[in-house]
Amino acid sequence: MKAKDVLGRRGEELATAYLESVGMLVVERNWRCPDGEIDIVALDGDALVIAEVKTRRSLAYGHPFEAVGREKLARLHRLGAAWCGHRGLRIALRRVDVIAVLDDGVCEPTLEHLKGVG
Amino acid sequence: MALGRTYSVALVGLNGYIVEVEADIGQTLPAFIILGLPDASLNEAKERIRSAAQNSGIPLSRRKITANLIPASLPKSGSGFDLAITMAALGAAGDIRTTGRTVFIAELGLDGRLRPVRGVLPAVMAAVQAGYADIVVAQANAAEAALVPGARVKGYRTLARLAFDLGADPQELALDFDPDDEPPGEETPSLPGSIPDMCDVSGQADARRALEVAAAGAHHVLLTGPPGAGKTMLAERLPGLLPDLGDTEAMEVTAIHSLCQLPSSALQLVRRPPFENPHHTATSAAIIGGGSGLPRPGAASRAHRGILFLDEAPEYERRVLDALRQPLESGELVIHRSAGTAAYPARFQLVLAANPCPCGKASGKGIDCTCTPTMRRRYLGRLSGPLLDRVDIQLEVERVSLANFGQSGGEEDTATVGGRVRAARARQLQRLGPLGMETNSQVPGRVLRGELRLASGTTRILDRSLERGVLTARGYDRVLRLAWTLADLACRERPDANDIGQALSLRQAASAAA
Repeated sequence: MKAKDVLGRRGEELATAYLESVGMLVVERNWRCPDGEIDIVALDGDALVIAEVKTRRSLAYGHPFEAVGREKLARLHRLGAAWCGHRGLRIALRRVDVIAVLDDGVCEPTLEHLKGVG
Repeated sequence: MALGRTYSVALVGLNGYIVEVEADIGQTLPAFIILGLPDASLNEAKERIRSAAQNSGIPLSRRKITANLIPASLPKSGSGFDLAITMAALGAAGDIRTTGRTVFIAELGLDGRLRPVRGVLPAVMAAVQAGYADIVVAQANAAEAALVPGARVKGYRTLARLAFDLGADPQELALDFDPDDEPPGEETPSLPGSIPDMCDVSGQADARRALEVAAAGAHHVLLTGPPGAGKTMLAERLPGLLPDLGDTEAMEVTAIHSLCQLPSSALQLVRRPPFENPHHTATSAAIIGGGSGLPRPGAASRAHRGILFLDEAPEYERRVLDALRQPLESGELVIHRSAGTAAYPARFQLVLAANPCPCGKASGKGIDCTCTPTMRRRYLGRLSGPLLDRVDIQLEVERVSLANFGQSGGEEDTATVGGRVRAARARQLQRLGPLGMETNSQVPGRVLRGELRLASGTTRILDRSLERGVLTARGYDRVLRLAWTLADLACRERPDANDIGQALSLRQAASAAA
């Protein structure tokens, strides 16, 4: 695996652990379809959460949140609908969360969580 | 606290309005939104602010920042809001302490330096008037802002320094960044020695006298004469004769200059009356003011409290000349454009210069003139009656004769004549001050024939001219105004018959030719 994929993998592990620690139920990880991939699908009470995890080593190339543009956000919403279709579920409450992980491999990684963006 | 609040000033013409800047940080993906009718240059502030904050070591929040400029309905333009928005955003993030009623006016460079902006003087005047006395500006604007009495001005070179003073964490700040390369324009403005002196004008005793009278009473002047007679030369020497501007006037003039100048040039209080000399191809927007969006001041406003010199006056578009009638009457220009209405002061002294005819040779006997009488009449006829009605002194400048030309030297210099002008102005102020006026040119006919009525013996020659129809009623008043100025110059209590006679000759010389 490439270094960047290792980093991304580690970020997703961290994010999954975090979401479970705040009481969410992680339903599925790395779900793929022709349109793209959902990093984490989770349930927060009644709400279905489509979570995108962005991991960076440093802020040198901008904050992870800044990498989530309008287009990516729209795709995440589409993927959420596609996932529901795939599973044959009808869920009224669906939202997209973004989780930023900063991990330079030396210090303790930091994690920020934005709920219900876009 | 997720909400920051600072203040700045929006200028509409010369009038400033306090603008409250709110910044809110929303818990969602990074974005920067400016509300409150920003124009293109203000919308670009987002990028300037992000970079400047980053490079100053105090990066903005990585969330959605919404900046709201209140009142939202007032159109806002320009880069002067950069600093206020930044401070509000930093305040919202809790990076600095609250700034209370401090007003911020400066543009940001990408490297985090504070850059000067236009119109700081009128903006600070408005802020102080509205009760916001604490002002933060770029260092290059500090001297200008400090001209406003009652303003507590602080100038900063960099955003980092300002943030430090407002309690930001000094660990991260780029405090060692000190841009010492001052922007160009710091060199001293034109030296007083460059003002042309009256002693350069050889001969032309009548014209010199007319200029002195014009300066003393702030009368508008029309000089006609052949090319090379020295009309332009004379007009350029008029500003030197005028006394220095008073405190209030100087602030008015400096405020207009602050709007017109490039922001980089250091501005001092303008003490000398300005001299504006537009070219005769100028459009009415250039003279009166205008432009797209909010109208900007034109030459007439830049000449406020000074001289507006229109050389080759008949060559101007008639529309442009007639547009000057309103400011001549009211001393103010109100310009309407889609983005709003701006009022600029324009109390200038008008100096017109004209050739007597298209070929320019129809003076004296006019033997060389190749123009037909119709052409001649049309040429000066372009100066409309209503405009000329407001010009007290209408003088024909003759070509200098050889006898006068040879013996240059011995002519009075600007300092001597200017001294007499100042004394005459003082006498006028003493007499007219209680009536709410400053110079003889402002005195309305009703006062001339009322409070300042002269003995009938003195005005006999005038009365006869009026009777014979040589002089209109308006012309009668103008002669009286000039006579008062002549008396003031001669330190007489009231004009005598001699002053009246001289005044009559000062305004009739040109009209006889035309």
